[in-house]
Amino acid sequence: MATVTRSVFHPEVTGYEEVNITSNRMLTPPGKGYLALLAMSVTLVGMMVIAELHNIWYGLGMSGLTNPVGWGVYITTFVFWVGIGHAGTLISAILYLFRAAWRQSVYRFAEAMTVFAVLTAALFPIIHIGRPWFFYWLLPLPSQRQLWPNFRSPLLWDVFAVTTYLTVSSVFFFIGLIPDIAAARDSATNPTRKKVYTLLAMGWRGTDREWRHFTRAYLFLAALATPLVLSVHSVVSWDFAVSIVPGWHTTIFAPYFVAGAILSGVAMVITLMVPVGRIFRLEKFFTPVHYDRLSKLLLLTSCIVGYAYAMEYFMAYYSGELFERDVFYDRVTGDYWWAGWSMITFNAIIPQLIWMKKIRASQNSLFLISIFVNIGMWWERFVIIVPSLAHSYEPWKFMNYHLTWVEAFILLGSFGWFFMWFLLFLRYLPGLSIAEIKEVLPPPMRHPHAGDHLPQVNHTEELGNATPLPTGYMGLEERR
Amino acid sequence: MSKLKTGVLGVFPHLDAACDAIRRLRHEGYEVTTYSPTPRHEIEEALGTQESPVRLFTLTGAFTGTAAGTALATWTSVDWALIVGGKEIIALPAFSVIMFEVTILLGALSTVAGLFLLARLPHIGPPEAPLYHPSFTAGNFGVFAHVPQDRYDQVQAIFAEAGSQEVLVEQR
Repeated sequence: MATVTRSVFHPEVTGYEEVNITSNRMLTPPGKGYLALLAMSVTLVGMMVIAELHNIWYGLGMSGLTNPVGWGVYITTFVFWVGIGHAGTLISAILYLFRAAWRQSVYRFAEAMTVFAVLTAALFPIIHIGRPWFFYWLLPLPSQRQLWPNFRSPLLWDVFAVTTYLTVSSVFFFIGLIPDIAAARDSATNPTRKKVYTLLAMGWRGTDREWRHFTRAYLFLAALATPLVLSVHSVVSWDFAVSIVPGWHTTIFAPYFVAGAILSGVAMVITLMVPVGRIFRLEKFFTPVHYDRLSKLLLLTSCIVGYAYAMEYFMAYYSGELFERDVFYDRVTGDYWWAGWSMITFNAIIPQLIWMKKIRASQNSLFLISIFVNIGMWWERFVIIVPSLAHSYEPWKFMNYHLTWVEAFILLGSFGWFFMWFLLFLRYLPGLSIAEIKEVLPPPMRHPHAGDHLPQVNHTEELGNATPLPTGYMGLEERR
Repeated sequence: MSKLKTGVLGVFPHLDAACDAIRRLRHEGYEVTTYSPTPRHEIEEALGTQESPVRLFTLTGAFTGTAAGTALATWTSVDWALIVGGKEIIALPAFSVIMFEVTILLGALSTVAGLFLLARLPHIGPPEAPLYHPSFTAGNFGVFAHVPQDRYDQVQAIFAEAGSQEVLVEQR
């Protein structure tokens, strides 16, 4: 009687090498579809550059920003992309602390998405300030006039929150990559790639000393990233909530924004996972369990967001505050009623379909829902920002906002910028977290039951007279 | 004390076999360096690994960050004491955000610095154990015994008994 131990999350994966082989396959020269997508992304980035040059040359008047709507598509898109980043850190850090074993195969994508989303978001405040070459005025740098930024301003908190988030999530991403880049180095055949991976792996060999410090450092980075991710969108929400604009000045903004951020981020993870999983045939790694867990996360955050929408209306009604009431009435009946309703429909109503098992189990329907949520979450930020400013306090200053081509190009270009980085990442860095997936795979054992400390992660089957699975490195077997 | 630069490397396709070899070598009093594709607690138990001191770097960095954030916000506010929005000059509720962010930033960066120092990354100069096999990042476990040349036979026997697939010998 032979016994075979399989991972509960990856029952089809036969052993350690299969992870390396799959990951290496993703690094092989891509097809025409990839190049077409990359060309499209670069074109969008080109459009953004043209629009931004126009913006710089003729001034910020080229955008639709004016009184009273001084924050428009730029800030909307900034909040949108910061939010997208949150799911990556949730999956990579928070679920790591919770020991959620299903996170291992998804987290590399999610973490890459975080880094690139924050990289995209960081463009927008700089575009929005109008004179991007003075962006360093935001930083507390010594100046001749001994002027310092105002630390009591939420906008400066935001500078600190976003730069810290970008730094820490990039560091977390690169530290996690080191062992996997070493794996890519060891199997690389192309001499240039070998050289670059050797440099990036920094001499990693997987010794006991390296792992001993690595695992601890990783744990502490996760423990630091967890409160950070919750703080970042809270601080972003305080950009609004600390002001006295009706529709912004609410105490629920921090949890409401964090839930919304995770909703949009999880939606983006699903949007990326479904096509990537199909193109690279990763069904052994992105199993139905993974989609199921992600869809439940989507459902949970959608319910929180739906509750927050309802609560905002309740507070506007119950407070008896005239201006607050008027803004919220205007959101669903005024000039921006379509934005208000698409936000409610896409974020709070459509994801409720996930309660149905049939829909949850279908990648196509999940993909569709995730697209709706992505669009809905952009509208959410738009609805919070623009209609509130366009309709605050006294009627003589009500004025609507009109999008210009410059802003539209920059919005589209941000997607190009994000996907350009993501596509390059898929092509050049290990897209599966090789070492971490192996943590949830049963280790190759001569005596299968000896080290089975994790019955909830691995299960052992009696296989009758079947032969045990091959273990060991294939190259070695051939050489002998 | 630096480890010997001569020795024998055993390549093990099975984790429990590698752990057996580690235990026997340690029982004989030899120093070992192990390679594994993923961190395994079985190896740490066989090696009797101590808790990593990385946490001290994290703690120091984080508290330095709190102090630095507080100092930055306070000092720059006092430097040009201008009342804005009716808030106090040293407005701790507002500064708490800065204190928190700098705590996380320096905590994370010093954790990474601790990792690099302790794990000796990036790797410059001769490695800890002279022998390596590329299969260690794929599926195999490696055990390098730091022994003088006259003990090679004994170590090779231990590896063979434990169940190694291949044994490499450092010749010098």
